[in-house]
Amino acid sequence: MAEQSNPANTNPREAAIARLKAQGAWNTPMDRRRFFSTAAAGWALFAAGLGGLTAICGAFMAPRVDFGKAQTFRAGPLDKYQPNSVNEEYKSSQKAWIVRDSEKLFALSTVCTHLGCTPNYDLNEIKFKCPCHGSGFYGPRPGVEAGTNFEGPAPRPLERYKVSLTEDGQILVDKSQKFLSEKGEWSNPESFIAC
Amino acid sequence: MFFDKLKENILESQVKKSIFRVGIPNTDRKRVLIMLGNVFLHLHPTKARTSGVKLRYTWCAGGLSFFLFLVLTLTGVLLMFYYRPAVEYAYTDMVDLREQVPFGIMRELHRWSAHAMVIMVMLHMFRVFMTGSYKPPREFNWVIGVILLVLTFLLSFTGYLLPWDQLAIWAITVGSNMAKATPFLGAGGPGAEFLQLGGIPLIHPGDDARFLLIGAKELGGITLNRFYVLHCIFIPLVAVIFMAVHFWRIRKDGGISGPM
Repeated sequence: MAEQSNPANTNPREAAIARLKAQGAWNTPMDRRRFFSTAAAGWALFAAGLGGLTAICGAFMAPRVDFGKAQTFRAGPLDKYQPNSVNEEYKSSQKAWIVRDSEKLFALSTVCTHLGCTPNYDLNEIKFKCPCHGSGFYGPRPGVEAGTNFEGPAPRPLERYKVSLTEDGQILVDKSQKFLSEKGEWSNPESFIAC
Repeated sequence: MFFDKLKENILESQVKKSIFRVGIPNTDRKRVLIMLGNVFLHLHPTKARTSGVKLRYTWCAGGLSFFLFLVLTLTGVLLMFYYRPAVEYAYTDMVDLREQVPFGIMRELHRWSAHAMVIMVMLHMFRVFMTGSYKPPREFNWVIGVILLVLTFLLSFTGYLLPWDQLAIWAITVGSNMAKATPFLGAGGPGAEFLQLGGIPLIHPGDDARFLLIGAKELGGITLNRFYVLHCIFIPLVAVIFMAVHFWRIRKDGGISGPM
Protein backbone atom coordinates (compact mmCIF):
# COMPACT_ATOMS: atom_id res chain seq x y z
CA MET A 1 0.00 0.00 0.00
CA ALA A 2 1.39 3.40 -0.94
CA GLU A 3 2.05 5.69 1.95
CA GLN A 4 1.92 9.47 1.60
CA SER A 5 5.42 10.91 1.86
CA ASN A 6 4.40 13.78 4.14
CA PRO A 7 3.76 12.27 7.58
CA ALA A 8 1.43 15.10 8.59
CA ASN A 9 -1.08 14.28 5.81
CA THR A 10 -1.50 10.52 6.49
CA ASN A 11 -4.52 9.03 8.27
CA PRO A 12 -3.97 7.88 11.90
CA ARG A 13 -3.52 4.22 10.93
CA GLU A 14 -0.82 4.90 8.39
CA ALA A 15 0.86 7.30 10.80
CA ALA A 16 0.92 4.59 13.46
CA ILE A 17 2.36 2.08 10.97
CA ALA A 18 5.07 4.59 9.96
CA ARG A 19 5.95 5.18 13.60
CA LEU A 20 6.20 1.48 14.41
CA LYS A 21 8.31 0.84 11.33
CA ALA A 22 10.71 3.61 12.44
CA GLN A 23 11.00 1.79 15.77
CA GLY A 24 11.57 -1.52 13.98
CA ALA A 25 8.46 -2.98 15.67
CA TRP A 26 6.24 -3.64 12.62
CA ASN A 27 6.28 -6.95 10.74
CA THR A 28 5.35 -6.65 7.09
CA PRO A 29 1.76 -7.80 6.86
CA MET A 30 0.77 -10.59 4.56
CA ASP A 31 -1.51 -9.62 1.74
CA ARG A 32 -4.66 -11.63 1.13
CA ARG A 33 -3.17 -13.76 -1.65
CA ARG A 34 -0.22 -14.84 0.46
CA PHE A 35 -2.51 -15.61 3.41
CA PHE A 36 -4.68 -17.98 1.40
CA SER A 37 -1.68 -19.64 -0.28
CA THR A 38 -0.02 -20.17 3.07
CA ALA A 39 -3.23 -21.50 4.65
CA ALA A 40 -3.84 -23.85 1.70
CA ALA A 41 -0.26 -25.10 1.88
CA GLY A 42 -0.64 -25.65 5.62
CA TRP A 43 -3.88 -27.61 5.22
CA ALA A 44 -2.38 -29.67 2.36
CA LEU A 45 0.57 -30.53 4.58
CA PHE A 46 -1.78 -31.51 7.41
CA ALA A 47 -3.91 -33.68 5.08
CA ALA A 48 -0.79 -35.35 3.67
CA GLY A 49 0.44 -35.99 7.18
CA LEU A 50 -2.89 -37.47 8.21
CA GLY A 51 -2.95 -39.64 5.08
CA GLY A 52 0.58 -40.81 5.80
CA LEU A 53 -0.35 -41.64 9.38
CA THR A 54 -3.34 -43.68 8.16
CA ALA A 55 -1.11 -45.57 5.72
CA ILE A 56 1.40 -46.25 8.49
CA CYS A 57 -1.33 -47.60 10.79
CA GLY A 58 -2.63 -49.79 7.95
CA ALA A 59 0.82 -51.20 7.27
CA PHE A 60 1.27 -51.78 11.00
CA MET A 61 -1.75 -54.09 10.97
CA ALA A 62 -0.20 -56.47 8.37
CA PRO A 63 2.75 -58.32 9.92
CA ARG A 64 5.40 -59.75 7.60
CA VAL A 65 5.52 -62.94 9.59
CA ASP A 66 3.70 -66.17 8.95
CA PHE A 67 2.73 -67.42 12.38
CA GLY A 68 1.59 -70.75 11.02
CA LYS A 69 3.30 -74.12 11.07
CA ALA A 70 5.80 -75.39 8.50
CA GLN A 71 4.24 -75.75 5.07
CA THR A 72 6.08 -78.88 3.94
CA PHE A 73 6.00 -82.37 5.38
CA ARG A 74 7.25 -85.82 4.49
CA ALA A 75 4.69 -88.54 3.93
CA GLY A 76 6.80 -91.68 3.84
CA PRO A 77 7.80 -93.85 0.85
CA LEU A 78 5.64 -94.50 -2.17
CA ASP A 79 4.97 -98.16 -1.40
CA LYS A 80 3.36 -97.21 1.92
CA TYR A 81 0.23 -96.38 -0.09
CA GLN A 82 -1.97 -99.01 -1.74
CA PRO A 83 -3.54 -98.32 -5.14
CA ASN A 84 -7.12 -96.97 -4.92
CA SER A 85 -6.80 -95.86 -1.31
CA VAL A 86 -7.15 -92.73 0.80
CA ASN A 87 -4.69 -92.30 3.65
CA GLU A 88 -6.03 -90.19 6.54
CA GLU A 89 -2.85 -90.18 8.66
CA TYR A 90 -2.16 -86.51 7.93
CA LYS A 91 -5.80 -85.31 7.88
CA SER A 92 -5.74 -83.62 11.31
CA SER A 93 -2.10 -82.72 11.63
CA GLN A 94 -1.47 -81.41 8.11
CA LYS A 95 -4.98 -80.95 6.61
CA ALA A 96 -4.08 -83.33 3.77
CA TRP A 97 -5.25 -86.69 2.40
CA ILE A 98 -2.70 -88.82 0.57
CA VAL A 99 -4.77 -90.36 -2.25
CA ARG A 100 -3.53 -93.04 -4.63
CA ASP A 101 -5.63 -94.21 -7.56
CA SER A 102 -4.71 -96.73 -10.24
CA GLU A 103 -2.16 -94.51 -12.03
CA LYS A 104 -0.87 -91.81 -9.66
CA LEU A 105 -0.47 -90.51 -6.12
CA PHE A 106 -1.42 -87.00 -5.04
CA ALA A 107 -2.26 -84.96 -1.94
CA LEU A 108 -5.75 -83.46 -1.54
CA SER A 109 -6.50 -80.48 0.70
CA THR A 110 -9.07 -81.25 3.42
CA VAL A 111 -10.62 -77.78 3.10
CA CYS A 112 -14.10 -78.03 1.57
CA THR A 113 -14.37 -75.64 -1.38
CA HIS A 114 -17.81 -74.49 -0.26
CA LEU A 115 -17.12 -72.64 3.00
CA GLY A 116 -14.03 -74.21 4.52
CA CYS A 117 -15.20 -77.08 6.76
CA THR A 118 -13.36 -80.46 6.87
CA PRO A 119 -15.10 -83.28 4.95
CA ASN A 120 -15.03 -86.91 6.08
CA TYR A 121 -14.03 -89.86 3.89
CA ASP A 122 -16.77 -92.46 3.43
CA LEU A 123 -15.16 -95.83 2.71
CA ASN A 124 -18.41 -97.55 1.72
CA GLU A 125 -19.49 -95.03 -0.91
CA ILE A 126 -15.93 -94.02 -1.88
CA LYS A 127 -16.54 -90.30 -1.50
CA PHE A 128 -15.56 -87.35 0.64
CA LYS A 129 -18.66 -85.92 2.34
CA CYS A 130 -18.67 -82.55 4.07
CA PRO A 131 -20.76 -82.51 7.30
CA CYS A 132 -21.49 -78.78 7.14
CA HIS A 133 -23.69 -78.49 4.06
CA GLY A 134 -23.41 -81.90 2.35
CA SER A 135 -20.85 -81.24 -0.39
CA GLY A 136 -19.67 -84.50 -1.97
CA PHE A 137 -16.35 -85.20 -3.75
CA TYR A 138 -15.38 -88.43 -5.56
CA GLY A 139 -12.97 -90.84 -3.91
CA PRO A 140 -10.42 -92.88 -5.91
CA ARG A 141 -12.71 -94.84 -8.29
CA PRO A 142 -12.13 -95.94 -11.85
CA GLY A 143 -13.51 -93.46 -14.36
CA VAL A 144 -13.48 -90.35 -12.12
CA GLU A 145 -10.79 -87.99 -10.81
CA ALA A 146 -10.69 -88.23 -7.03
CA GLY A 147 -11.50 -84.90 -5.42
CA THR A 148 -13.98 -83.75 -8.07
CA ASN A 149 -17.19 -82.27 -6.67
CA PHE A 150 -20.36 -84.02 -7.74
CA GLU A 151 -23.06 -83.21 -5.17
CA GLY A 152 -23.98 -80.48 -2.75
CA PRO A 153 -23.09 -76.79 -2.82
CA ALA A 154 -19.33 -77.08 -3.45
CA PRO A 155 -18.60 -75.10 -6.62
CA ARG A 156 -15.28 -76.70 -7.55
CA PRO A 157 -13.12 -79.77 -6.79
CA LEU A 158 -10.86 -80.10 -3.77
CA GLU A 159 -7.43 -78.53 -4.20
CA ARG A 160 -4.21 -80.52 -4.63
CA TYR A 161 -0.90 -79.75 -2.92
CA LYS A 162 2.42 -79.98 -4.74
CA VAL A 163 3.99 -83.43 -4.31
CA SER A 164 7.48 -84.60 -5.22
CA LEU A 165 9.88 -87.43 -4.45
CA THR A 166 13.00 -86.66 -2.47
CA GLU A 167 16.37 -88.26 -3.26
CA ASP A 168 15.85 -90.97 -0.63
CA GLY A 169 12.44 -91.92 -2.06
CA GLN A 170 10.25 -90.03 0.44
CA ILE A 171 7.12 -88.19 -0.67
CA LEU A 172 7.49 -84.45 0.03
CA VAL A 173 4.21 -82.50 0.23
CA ASP A 174 4.48 -78.70 -0.17
CA LYS A 175 1.26 -77.04 1.03
CA SER A 176 2.34 -73.59 -0.06
CA GLN A 177 1.70 -74.57 -3.70
CA LYS A 178 -1.82 -75.48 -4.69
CA PHE A 179 -3.19 -76.86 -7.94
CA LEU A 180 -6.79 -76.21 -8.87
CA SER A 181 -8.61 -78.60 -11.21
CA GLU A 182 -10.98 -75.97 -12.59
CA LYS A 183 -8.00 -73.96 -13.82
CA GLY A 184 -6.64 -77.02 -15.64
CA GLU A 185 -3.73 -77.27 -13.21
CA TRP A 186 -4.26 -80.96 -12.40
CA SER A 187 -2.41 -81.87 -15.60
CA ASN A 188 0.68 -80.14 -14.14
CA PRO A 189 3.17 -82.94 -13.30
CA GLU A 190 3.99 -81.20 -9.99
CA SER A 191 0.51 -82.01 -8.71
CA PHE A 192 0.93 -85.81 -8.77
CA ILE A 193 3.47 -88.61 -8.71
CA ALA A 194 2.94 -91.18 -11.46
CA CYS A 195 3.18 -94.73 -10.22
CA MET B 1 -31.24 -27.32 68.51
CA PHE B 2 -27.88 -28.99 67.97
CA PHE B 3 -29.08 -30.65 64.76
CA ASP B 4 -30.35 -27.32 63.42
CA LYS B 5 -26.89 -25.83 63.90
CA LEU B 6 -25.24 -28.88 62.30
CA LYS B 7 -27.61 -28.73 59.32
CA GLU B 8 -26.92 -25.01 58.86
CA ASN B 9 -23.16 -25.61 59.04
CA ILE B 10 -23.30 -28.29 56.39
CA LEU B 11 -25.69 -26.52 54.06
CA GLU B 12 -23.89 -23.17 54.22
CA SER B 13 -20.40 -24.69 54.06
CA GLN B 14 -17.92 -23.88 51.31
CA VAL B 15 -17.61 -27.58 50.49
CA LYS B 16 -21.31 -27.82 49.73
CA LYS B 17 -21.27 -24.59 47.70
CA SER B 18 -18.31 -25.83 45.71
CA ILE B 19 -20.06 -29.08 44.78
CA PHE B 20 -23.60 -27.80 44.32
CA ARG B 21 -23.13 -24.40 42.76
CA VAL B 22 -26.68 -23.54 41.83
CA GLY B 23 -28.73 -24.67 44.80
CA ILE B 24 -32.30 -25.96 44.95
CA PRO B 25 -33.90 -25.75 41.45
CA ASN B 26 -36.95 -23.72 42.41
CA THR B 27 -36.86 -21.27 39.49
CA ASP B 28 -36.75 -21.96 35.76
CA ARG B 29 -33.42 -20.15 35.53
CA LYS B 30 -31.94 -22.41 38.19
CA ARG B 31 -33.35 -25.50 36.51
CA VAL B 32 -31.65 -24.63 33.25
CA LEU B 33 -28.41 -23.66 35.01
CA ILE B 34 -28.20 -27.06 36.68
CA MET B 35 -28.61 -28.82 33.32
CA LEU B 36 -26.02 -26.62 31.66
CA GLY B 37 -23.52 -26.79 34.48
CA ASN B 38 -23.35 -30.58 34.92
CA VAL B 39 -21.24 -32.55 32.45
CA PHE B 40 -23.56 -35.56 32.54
CA LEU B 41 -26.81 -33.59 32.45
CA HIS B 42 -25.68 -31.08 29.80
CA LEU B 43 -25.68 -33.90 27.26
CA HIS B 44 -29.46 -34.00 27.61
CA PRO B 45 -31.80 -31.34 26.23
CA THR B 46 -33.01 -28.80 28.77
CA LYS B 47 -36.62 -29.48 27.85
CA ALA B 48 -38.43 -32.44 26.31
CA ARG B 49 -41.62 -32.35 24.32
CA THR B 50 -44.62 -34.28 25.63
CA SER B 51 -44.76 -36.03 22.26
CA GLY B 52 -41.32 -37.40 23.05
CA VAL B 53 -42.58 -39.48 25.96
CA LYS B 54 -45.48 -41.02 24.06
CA LEU B 55 -44.50 -44.67 24.02
CA ARG B 56 -46.56 -45.55 20.98
CA TYR B 57 -44.60 -43.15 18.78
CA THR B 58 -41.10 -44.44 19.46
CA TRP B 59 -41.59 -47.67 21.48
CA CYS B 60 -38.38 -46.48 23.15
CA ALA B 61 -36.54 -48.67 20.65
CA GLY B 62 -33.62 -46.31 20.14
CA GLY B 63 -33.32 -45.65 23.85
CA LEU B 64 -33.41 -49.37 24.62
CA SER B 65 -30.69 -49.98 22.04
CA PHE B 66 -28.48 -47.44 23.77
CA PHE B 67 -29.37 -48.89 27.15
CA LEU B 68 -28.35 -52.36 25.94
CA PHE B 69 -25.08 -50.88 24.67
CA LEU B 70 -24.42 -49.53 28.16
CA VAL B 71 -25.30 -52.92 29.70
CA LEU B 72 -22.91 -54.61 27.28
CA THR B 73 -20.16 -52.15 28.13
CA LEU B 74 -20.59 -52.67 31.87
CA THR B 75 -20.83 -56.48 31.71
CA GLY B 76 -18.01 -56.52 29.18
CA VAL B 77 -15.68 -54.59 31.44
CA LEU B 78 -16.51 -56.94 34.31
CA LEU B 79 -15.81 -59.97 32.12
CA MET B 80 -12.44 -58.50 31.18
CA PHE B 81 -11.20 -59.05 34.72
CA TYR B 82 -11.33 -62.82 34.28
CA TYR B 83 -10.89 -63.50 30.55
CA ARG B 84 -7.46 -63.91 28.97
CA PRO B 85 -7.41 -63.67 25.13
CA ALA B 86 -4.88 -66.46 24.60
CA VAL B 87 -5.47 -69.81 22.91
CA GLU B 88 -4.49 -71.75 26.03
CA TYR B 89 -6.75 -69.80 28.38
CA ALA B 90 -9.72 -68.39 26.45
CA TYR B 91 -12.17 -71.30 26.66
CA THR B 92 -11.26 -72.43 30.19
CA ASP B 93 -11.42 -68.84 31.48
CA MET B 94 -14.90 -68.53 30.02
CA VAL B 95 -16.04 -71.78 31.65
CA ASP B 96 -14.44 -70.85 34.98
CA LEU B 97 -16.13 -67.48 34.84
CA ARG B 98 -19.50 -69.13 34.52
CA GLU B 99 -18.94 -71.78 37.17
CA GLN B 100 -16.56 -70.39 39.79
CA VAL B 101 -17.08 -66.64 39.84
CA PRO B 102 -20.05 -65.38 41.92
CA PHE B 103 -22.76 -64.07 39.58
CA GLY B 104 -20.92 -65.74 36.74
CA ILE B 105 -24.22 -65.45 34.90
CA MET B 106 -22.64 -62.13 33.86
CA ARG B 107 -21.20 -63.94 30.85
CA GLU B 108 -24.65 -65.08 29.77
CA LEU B 109 -26.03 -61.58 30.44
CA HIS B 110 -23.41 -60.20 28.07
CA ARG B 111 -24.30 -62.71 25.39
CA TRP B 112 -28.08 -62.29 25.78
CA SER B 113 -27.74 -58.49 25.74
CA ALA B 114 -25.73 -58.79 22.54
CA HIS B 115 -28.50 -60.79 20.87
CA ALA B 116 -31.10 -58.41 22.29
CA MET B 117 -29.22 -55.36 21.02
CA VAL B 118 -29.10 -56.71 17.48
CA ILE B 119 -32.85 -57.36 17.60
CA MET B 120 -33.54 -53.98 19.21
CA VAL B 121 -31.60 -51.95 16.67
CA MET B 122 -33.51 -53.71 13.90
CA LEU B 123 -36.81 -52.89 15.65
CA HIS B 124 -35.63 -49.30 15.99
CA MET B 125 -34.81 -49.19 12.29
CA PHE B 126 -38.27 -50.57 11.54
CA ARG B 127 -39.90 -47.93 13.76
CA VAL B 128 -37.97 -45.10 12.14
CA PHE B 129 -39.03 -46.35 8.74
CA MET B 130 -42.68 -46.72 9.73
CA THR B 131 -42.92 -43.22 11.20
CA GLY B 132 -41.17 -41.65 8.23
CA SER B 133 -38.47 -40.17 10.45
CA TYR B 134 -35.89 -40.63 7.70
CA LYS B 135 -37.58 -38.08 5.40
CA PRO B 136 -35.92 -34.73 4.62
CA PRO B 137 -34.15 -33.10 6.42
CA ARG B 138 -33.33 -36.27 8.39
CA GLU B 139 -31.90 -38.41 5.59
CA PHE B 140 -28.27 -38.30 6.73
CA ASN B 141 -29.20 -39.43 10.21
CA TRP B 142 -30.60 -42.60 8.64
CA VAL B 143 -27.23 -43.11 6.96
CA ILE B 144 -25.50 -42.70 10.33
CA GLY B 145 -27.96 -45.23 11.72
CA VAL B 146 -27.05 -47.77 9.05
CA ILE B 147 -23.38 -47.26 9.85
CA LEU B 148 -24.24 -47.95 13.50
CA LEU B 149 -26.04 -51.12 12.40
CA VAL B 150 -22.92 -52.32 10.60
CA LEU B 151 -20.85 -51.51 13.70
CA THR B 152 -23.29 -53.51 15.85
CA PHE B 153 -22.88 -56.49 13.52
CA LEU B 154 -19.08 -56.12 13.60
CA LEU B 155 -19.15 -56.09 17.40
CA SER B 156 -21.20 -59.28 17.34
CA PHE B 157 -18.81 -60.86 14.82
CA THR B 158 -15.64 -60.04 16.75
CA GLY B 159 -17.17 -61.00 20.08
CA TYR B 160 -18.33 -64.36 18.73
CA LEU B 161 -14.74 -65.58 18.39
CA LEU B 162 -13.72 -64.87 21.97
CA PRO B 163 -15.06 -68.04 23.67
CA TRP B 164 -12.76 -69.98 21.26
CA ASP B 165 -15.12 -72.96 20.98
CA GLN B 166 -16.11 -74.89 17.84
CA LEU B 167 -18.95 -72.48 16.99
CA ALA B 168 -16.59 -69.54 17.30
CA ILE B 169 -13.69 -70.91 15.26
CA TRP B 170 -15.73 -72.21 12.36
CA ALA B 171 -18.00 -69.17 12.19
CA ILE B 172 -15.01 -66.87 11.90
CA THR B 173 -13.30 -69.26 9.43
CA VAL B 174 -16.34 -69.06 7.19
CA GLY B 175 -16.68 -65.30 7.63
CA SER B 176 -13.03 -64.62 6.87
CA ASN B 177 -13.12 -66.91 3.83
CA MET B 178 -15.75 -64.54 2.50
CA ALA B 179 -13.21 -61.72 2.90
CA LYS B 180 -10.91 -63.74 0.67
CA ALA B 181 -13.43 -63.38 -2.17
CA THR B 182 -13.48 -59.56 -2.08
CA PRO B 183 -12.96 -58.04 -5.52
CA PHE B 184 -9.42 -56.60 -5.94
CA LEU B 185 -8.57 -56.70 -2.24
CA GLY B 186 -9.04 -60.43 -1.74
CA ALA B 187 -6.48 -63.00 -2.90
CA GLY B 188 -9.19 -65.40 -4.04
CA GLY B 189 -11.46 -62.81 -5.61
CA PRO B 190 -11.71 -61.30 -9.08
CA GLY B 191 -9.33 -58.56 -10.08
CA ALA B 192 -6.57 -59.31 -7.59
CA GLU B 193 -4.10 -59.91 -10.44
CA PHE B 194 -4.37 -56.31 -11.57
CA LEU B 195 -2.90 -54.93 -8.37
CA GLN B 196 0.80 -55.51 -8.88
CA LEU B 197 3.96 -53.41 -9.06
CA GLY B 198 6.27 -54.50 -11.86
CA GLY B 199 5.39 -58.17 -11.59
CA ILE B 200 5.35 -58.33 -7.79
CA PRO B 201 1.80 -59.12 -6.66
CA LEU B 202 0.49 -56.74 -4.03
CA ILE B 203 -2.50 -58.94 -3.18
CA HIS B 204 -1.70 -62.55 -2.20
CA PRO B 205 -2.72 -64.85 0.65
CA GLY B 206 -0.08 -63.28 2.87
CA ASP B 207 -1.31 -59.76 2.18
CA ASP B 208 -4.99 -59.29 1.39
CA ALA B 209 -8.22 -58.29 3.12
CA ARG B 210 -8.49 -61.69 4.81
CA PHE B 211 -4.89 -61.50 6.04
CA LEU B 212 -5.56 -58.05 7.51
CA LEU B 213 -8.62 -59.38 9.32
CA ILE B 214 -7.07 -62.61 10.60
CA GLY B 215 -3.54 -61.29 11.16
CA ALA B 216 -2.03 -64.52 9.77
CA LYS B 217 -2.71 -67.04 7.04
CA GLU B 218 -4.73 -69.33 9.32
CA LEU B 219 -6.94 -68.68 12.34
CA GLY B 220 -4.89 -68.74 15.54
CA GLY B 221 -3.77 -66.85 18.62
CA ILE B 222 -3.00 -63.77 16.59
CA THR B 223 -6.59 -63.62 15.40
CA LEU B 224 -7.92 -64.03 18.94
CA ASN B 225 -5.86 -61.11 20.17
CA ARG B 226 -6.75 -58.97 17.17
CA PHE B 227 -10.48 -59.63 17.56
CA TYR B 228 -10.24 -58.97 21.31
CA VAL B 229 -8.78 -55.50 20.75
CA LEU B 230 -11.27 -54.78 17.97
CA HIS B 231 -14.18 -55.96 20.12
CA CYS B 232 -13.23 -54.18 23.36
CA ILE B 233 -11.55 -50.96 22.22
CA PHE B 234 -11.58 -50.05 18.58
CA ILE B 235 -15.12 -50.73 17.40
CA PRO B 236 -16.73 -49.42 20.63
CA LEU B 237 -14.78 -46.16 20.23
CA VAL B 238 -15.93 -45.79 16.65
CA ALA B 239 -19.49 -46.67 17.70
CA VAL B 240 -19.47 -44.04 20.46
CA ILE B 241 -18.34 -41.40 17.97
CA PHE B 242 -21.13 -42.29 15.56
CA MET B 243 -23.67 -42.49 18.37
CA ALA B 244 -22.70 -38.97 19.42
CA VAL B 245 -23.38 -37.74 15.89
CA HIS B 246 -26.64 -39.69 15.74
CA PHE B 247 -28.00 -38.28 19.03
CA TRP B 248 -26.76 -34.79 18.28
CA ARG B 249 -28.65 -34.70 14.99
CA ILE B 250 -31.86 -35.74 16.76
CA ARG B 251 -31.37 -32.90 19.24
CA LYS B 252 -30.69 -30.33 16.57
CA ASP B 253 -33.76 -31.38 14.64
CA GLY B 254 -35.91 -30.45 17.64
CA GLY B 255 -35.74 -33.50 19.89
CA ILE B 256 -37.04 -37.03 19.68
CA SER B 257 -40.41 -37.69 18.13
CA GLY B 258 -41.06 -34.09 17.17
CA PRO B 259 -43.47 -33.10 14.38
CA MET B 260 -42.14 -33.31 10.81
